[in-house]
Amino acid sequence: MEKEQDRILDEVTSGEYKYGFYSDIEAEQIQKGLNEDVIKIISAKKEEPSWLLEFRLKAFRHWKTMKMPSWPNLKIPAIDYQDIIYYSAPRQKAKLNSLDEVDPELKKTFDKLGIPLEEQKHLAGVAVDAVLDSVSVKTTFRETLAEMGIIFCSFSDAVKEYPELVKRYMGTVVPYTDNFFAALNSAVFSDGSFCYVPKGVRCPMELSTYFRINAANTGQFERTLLVADEESYVSYLEGCTAPMRDENQLHAAIVEIIAEKNAEVKYSTVQNWYPGDKDGKGGIFNFVTKRGMCRGESSKISWTQIETGSAITWKYPSCILRGDNSIGEFYSVAVTNNYQQADTGTKMIHIGKNTKSTIVSKGISAGKGQNSYRGLVKVLKNAANARNFSQCDSLLLGDKCGAHTFPYLEVDNQTAVVEHEATTSKIGEDQIFYCNQRGISTEDAVALIVNGYAREVINKLPMEFAVEAQKLLQISLEGSVG
Amino acid sequence: MLDIKNLKASIAGKSILKGISLHVKPGEIHAIMGPNGSGKSTLASVLAGREYVDITDGSVSYFGKDLLGMSAEDRAKEGIFLGFQYPIEIPGVSMVNFMKTAVNEKRKHHGMDPLSASDFLKLMREKKELVEIDSKLANRSVNEGFSGGEKKKNEIFQMAMLEPKLAILDETDSGLDIDALRIVANGVNKIKKSDNSFIVITHYQRLLDYIVPDVVHVLYDGRIVKTSGKELALELEAKGYDWIKKEVENDVVA
Repeated sequence: MEKEQDRILDEVTSGEYKYGFYSDIEAEQIQKGLNEDVIKIISAKKEEPSWLLEFRLKAFRHWKTMKMPSWPNLKIPAIDYQDIIYYSAPRQKAKLNSLDEVDPELKKTFDKLGIPLEEQKHLAGVAVDAVLDSVSVKTTFRETLAEMGIIFCSFSDAVKEYPELVKRYMGTVVPYTDNFFAALNSAVFSDGSFCYVPKGVRCPMELSTYFRINAANTGQFERTLLVADEESYVSYLEGCTAPMRDENQLHAAIVEIIAEKNAEVKYSTVQNWYPGDKDGKGGIFNFVTKRGMCRGESSKISWTQIETGSAITWKYPSCILRGDNSIGEFYSVAVTNNYQQADTGTKMIHIGKNTKSTIVSKGISAGKGQNSYRGLVKVLKNAANARNFSQCDSLLLGDKCGAHTFPYLEVDNQTAVVEHEATTSKIGEDQIFYCNQRGISTEDAVALIVNGYAREVINKLPMEFAVEAQKLLQISLEGSVG
Repeated sequence: MLDIKNLKASIAGKSILKGISLHVKPGEIHAIMGPNGSGKSTLASVLAGREYVDITDGSVSYFGKDLLGMSAEDRAKEGIFLGFQYPIEIPGVSMVNFMKTAVNEKRKHHGMDPLSASDFLKLMREKKELVEIDSKLANRSVNEGFSGGEKKKNEIFQMAMLEPKLAILDETDSGLDIDALRIVANGVNKIKKSDNSFIVITHYQRLLDYIVPDVVHVLYDGRIVKTSGKELALELEAKGYDWIKKEVENDVVA
């Protein structure tokens, strides 16, 4: 029996990472290392206004006073921040006016990832901002969206074209002082996406950003800023992949969301960074700060994440429920296989009255993976009638992996109702055999059971991506049984 | 269709089946009775392909093929169905999805195209009616939160969906009230055709009031100690198993 388990567990590790290719794209890079001159170079390359350079330098000076957090349940090898290239951009002849001018190699790269940059080839109803290494290479459907007053463009373009909006909102949800990686990102961020949905507009298509790390020895530091003005609605999706490499690469992003009165933002992530090989070599370190502010009353922010990639994941998409009657949601499936580690969860900060939050976290551990849920539910003194429901489930495949749950509750208002449920289960041999006996192979049985387990979260994704997410779960766990 | 010869098996080094021979022809219903611990469920497990049972001797041929050399899922796809004594819960997996996967895997194995969604739902509806299963059961997750009786009825429903050539029902009657027992038995009788066979494992005669066996075997201490017609079941019901035990012990002494 044990031999059988070993065999099947070994098979798990044979699941191949499909996006591990490298594209030979001529890149413009700066020297390795991090200092004020490097930050000035990045800012100059992006032709930034002086207030933004000031912001970066302040962040950098603050970062130098900080230490990497040691509280996560993660084993993080020492990172030499001087050994990273902070800016790498595909070399382009001139400014682009039409798609014909995009480097064919670049186009090919995104085609291979299933993200065609031509609008007509694209999934109907999805607009994409494609980011390669440090820069956004193409944003589709910009004009279509602009007709409705929706701004969807790269962060760099936003700084140039809508400096007032950027200045008004950037850093208001995640200040550069927030944490070590947020400070680092604020100092060196190179690009990302910007979206503004004006008052009363329901964005008619899914907006998405596709992040791709290509160059070696670089880090990716992008910022996303999403503003939903009063009575508006937008659904946003991000995806990410990287080549297979033996060394680790750093990805430290910031996502800020602002929802004004009666606005609703759905933010979905399908994170599939290179997880490292089966022996734990290589892979992306994914240290991300994502936070949404329900500023207006009755606003709603909903995070959905499917985390299957990265060697190490450290992220806590959170909601600050400032407006009365505002709602925050967090739905997560995190998979750790082989030597992957994840410490992920959320923070729900109840400030306004009658605020509600829901947390559904599903961890799946296989191989030697370690999966931690860490969540904070905080109810402030004035948050009368706050409600929270948290459900944290862990599924173990095999006996070499681990699942951990760290729920934190801080309640300062007597009228709050906070519920927490947690379960840990294993895929049992009995379940597998039951499926086998009905003619379903072990592989298919695991996929069926895992997808059943994650269904509640996958159902929250936009339809087109739910199917992708299901397949991704299957690939990430190929053949695993407990 | 099934030919078991001198089958010996053990679990974790402990000998459970000590030489079983059994021959099942198409269209026959065999009942296997016996006291607790006699090896009834182990026999069912061996036939279905559970890996924790070690086969130490003997052979099982199924339509001329070496059954013991086949994986559990291949046996299922070749028409062997096990009605579980304790059906397993699979949270989050809908019965529809589960059955659709199972039915289409079997079809694929036999070189047939998968059923379309509408054909599949039609098939489900037909079978639900055939075995009188509450429609709601089929919309829930596999066995999750089902009562004992519901789980057993669900086994019969799955059997109807998969149309096995050889169905092994492992104490399907245990824990059933009389109405559920009748539904389960009726289901079996409706699925029964001239070319499919059943091995019905049971403690009690009462199931055999509804499912009439062609042959009754008594399993005791890993051996089939008595084989007879359906009247044997009635005799067991009236006299218990003790007289069998005595007979066997006397034989050993003699």
